Amino acid sequence: MINRAFHLVARRIDAPLMVTIALAACLGLLVIYSASGGHSFDRVLGQVRNLGIALAALWVVANIPPQAIMRLAIPVYVGGLLLLIGVALFGEIRNGARRWLNLGFTTIQPSEIMKIAAPLMLAWYFHIHREALRFRHFAVAAVLLAIPVGLIVRQPDLGTAILVFASGFFVIFLAGLSWKVIGALAVGGAASLPLVWGLLHDYQRRRVLTLLDPQQDPLGAGYHIIQSTIAIGSGGILGKGWLEGTQSQLDFIPERSTDFILAVFAEEFGLVGVLLLVTLYLTIVSRGLYIAAKASTPFGRLTAGALTLTFFTYAFVNMGMVSGILPVVGVPLPLMSYGGTALLSIMMGFGILMSIWTHRHLVSS
Amino acid sequence: MSIGQSLRDQRRELATFESRLAVAGLVILAAFALLVARFVWLQVIQKSHYHTLAEANRISIVPAVPNRGVILDRHGEVLASNESAYTLEVTPAEAGNVERSLEELSQIIDITPRDRRRLKRLQEETRNLGSLPVRTRLSEVEVARFAANRYRFPGFDVKARLFRSYPQGEVASHAVGYIGRINEADLKRIEAEGQAADYKGTLHIGKLGIEGAYEQDLHGTTGSERVETDAGGRAIRSLSREAPQPGNDLIVTLDLGLQRAAEEAFGEYRGALVAIEPKTGDVLALVSKPGFDPNLFVDGIDPQSWDQLNNSPDKPLNNRALRGQYPPGSTIKPFVALAALSAGKRTPEFTIADPGVWSLPGVERPFRDWKQGGHGMVNLQRSIVVSCDTYYYGLANELGVDAIHRFMTPFGFGAQTGIDIDGELPGLQPSSEWKWRRFKQRWYAGDTISVGIGQGYWLATPLQLAAATAVLANDGRVVKPRLVRAVRDSRTREIRELPVRNGPTLAFRPEHLALVKAAMVDVMRPGGTAARAAEGAAYQMAGKTGTAQVIGMKAGEKYDEKRVKERHRDHALFIAFAPAENPKIALAVLAENGGGGSGTAAPIARRVLDYYLAGRRNAGAFVEIAEPGGD
Repeated sequence: MINRAFHLVARRIDAPLMVTIALAACLGLLVIYSASGGHSFDRVLGQVRNLGIALAALWVVANIPPQAIMRLAIPVYVGGLLLLIGVALFGEIRNGARRWLNLGFTTIQPSEIMKIAAPLMLAWYFHIHREALRFRHFAVAAVLLAIPVGLIVRQPDLGTAILVFASGFFVIFLAGLSWKVIGALAVGGAASLPLVWGLLHDYQRRRVLTLLDPQQDPLGAGYHIIQSTIAIGSGGILGKGWLEGTQSQLDFIPERSTDFILAVFAEEFGLVGVLLLVTLYLTIVSRGLYIAAKASTPFGRLTAGALTLTFFTYAFVNMGMVSGILPVVGVPLPLMSYGGTALLSIMMGFGILMSIWTHRHLVSS
Repeated sequence: MSIGQSLRDQRRELATFESRLAVAGLVILAAFALLVARFVWLQVIQKSHYHTLAEANRISIVPAVPNRGVILDRHGEVLASNESAYTLEVTPAEAGNVERSLEELSQIIDITPRDRRRLKRLQEETRNLGSLPVRTRLSEVEVARFAANRYRFPGFDVKARLFRSYPQGEVASHAVGYIGRINEADLKRIEAEGQAADYKGTLHIGKLGIEGAYEQDLHGTTGSERVETDAGGRAIRSLSREAPQPGNDLIVTLDLGLQRAAEEAFGEYRGALVAIEPKTGDVLALVSKPGFDPNLFVDGIDPQSWDQLNNSPDKPLNNRALRGQYPPGSTIKPFVALAALSAGKRTPEFTIADPGVWSLPGVERPFRDWKQGGHGMVNLQRSIVVSCDTYYYGLANELGVDAIHRFMTPFGFGAQTGIDIDGELPGLQPSSEWKWRRFKQRWYAGDTISVGIGQGYWLATPLQLAAATAVLANDGRVVKPRLVRAVRDSRTREIRELPVRNGPTLAFRPEHLALVKAAMVDVMRPGGTAARAAEGAAYQMAGKTGTAQVIGMKAGEKYDEKRVKERHRDHALFIAFAPAENPKIALAVLAENGGGGSGTAAPIARRVLDYYLAGRRNAGAFVEIAEPGGD
């Protein structure tokens, strides 16, 4: 009886992925507790609630067969696009950016939806044209991706735009966009950098400049990077110990339970902790890529591959920015940072991965 | 489309996908390798660098300011101490609109226009961004009211601070001096002396008087505290503390009771008095009237009070005892007489018949005695007792200015006495060499004649006169006046007596000294110029009156005290020591525009001596003893 119940709950869950995710999330709770001063459970309990909701979503999504998910691709994409347009027209402005939409009962951030909707849409598109992919299919896919990315950049929300673009680009890349085109795009992109520079907002330019020389503005834009590198560096190999990080506990690290949680972690747990975290991430990414390789349909392969690569991008961009090799863009550390929205989209992504994995034998190619 | 074609496509699609996945996997590995390299760089290779930065972030060294030593009089009465009080302070850089905040603050805390002017002055003077006092000595109620409203006033704070307090107010203000906020000139000096570290956190420094001269003893040694601070700069906890060493206490030579008696004795007169214990050089009283309240200076003086003090014609900030240079007048006659005896130019028996005038051969204008018609038969003893000018005109002429200069210099005339506070002026003991240096003119015999009665170029400070008188009282032992007699160590509470710095004994024939001293005793006896001032004294005084001209008089013009405006009246001078046979105190009094020395200055001295020798603490209200003539 208990076995059957367990089977019902767990049959669509991939154990290796789940265990690794759970380890990373627990590590996150530990650091959140430390980052919130080491004497209050408010944030920890909040994150436990976020995790609960996100895991429930993961379970639900994992139980939806890939074909059904594929059928949902268009409605979710179109719906997300409409919400983004809604944001552009009626969105709430917070911190100088128009990112939120008030639905009456709750405020949502539609750009988050696009992190999943865009790759699903492109994967569906390539799936139905799998028989004979031509250059124009890639062109259409590029347009399908450019519309939401453009809307998000305009909000402005560079971090999310990068992630949405990456998630879509990964589908196009995995679908086989020719290397020549990729090379041409890379050259063209590099050539148009000055143009992009001109389009950036002042604060975005400052972030890039600050990355090149944090000391230029030690109390303003450079403060984040300077303080987080000091925290990381002073942690050393073994770290200062849990709750013992001076940079963390004395308020020197800003945003230390959200975007900069890695600085707290690296200060208190040292290089050993960082290597553990990298190992967990590598395990998750390897498993994701394995699932993609074993998927039974192009849609499954492309979706699984793109979602995995997106997860990697999350981790890399955050770790890169906190350690000072990438500009500061608002990207949380996946599974660790405090916050519900990003966690939800990541977990739903894992739900899709698990659905693809556990349904692979049921789908005939 | 055939099934074979479709399968081929499918295989090709799968192959493409797998190769792309492999590329992606390699990129991921490379990316994580890059990250790991970055963390190894930060956490292993650069670890110590970042460790240092983190410690610097976390730990700030806060100076622990030492308490300033207190200043006590010779009997332990407090002249300067530290008093704990609440002050309202503002950090202008954090306060926004200071004026408006002050306006609102004045509704809950009493802030006078004077406080505001003072703050404004401080703001202009100190360009640094520290906190400045708005109001000092808040009451408990005001502190509570501010605490409840603090949120309304960013940049304002109430702090408990130690204040320098001068409980005696104006009494002895010129001797004690005051401390004030460290200004840029002080800062430069501190840095030049290499004491910048010891003054970290210290806001005040001794500016004048004993406070200024004994700054090193009083200040103490600054300690330090390592404090863990958060990013907002708030102190979280103390990690270690090296306690400051409080400044040492000073025990000064002043007798506050005597000082008060002396200041009261001046009444409304401006002037100066210096009383010295001859054996030790201890300055028992140092008066410069009018005085000022040193408490005004501690946290920056407000402009109004400053203008009042600085622009007053009475010049209360001028320390007349050390910096007032006056012609010593007849008070130097005992010294000139001793010079004549020592040089063999006069014998005790030598007598002149004084006609009241004296003429220098070749000079048309005669030199007049202060007494028309002269004093009759005058020998050396009587020349002092009746203060005969004519006697000294001829004597000075025979001695010559350079002999007088040589004789007077060891008494301390013409140079700083070396008292242990700053600001002393040297006076002027003229010589032919000096005149040549100063005016490129040769010395005329006529110049010497007025020098013989303490006029002309001769200038002395009241301190010099007192010290020289003490030398007489000491039978020739040179006296170095001092204001601090002992230092009490702040840690061991041990009292370290400072050595008496009196100099060598000048070689005089004892009978010459005895003669001059006896004559000074006779000055106080019936027939002497200051007899009235010594009436009924329980001890034997020895003294000499003097008068210093303020405006020059034409030959033959009679000086009429009543006709001359108050500010143009003569200065009254008096020197004395007592008891005559075993002097315990020697003093010099100067009353500006006091008229004659016998009428104004001698009674002041009498009251001071009475207090010191007869223990008459309240010698009655000051009564000016009017006496016709003077000296």
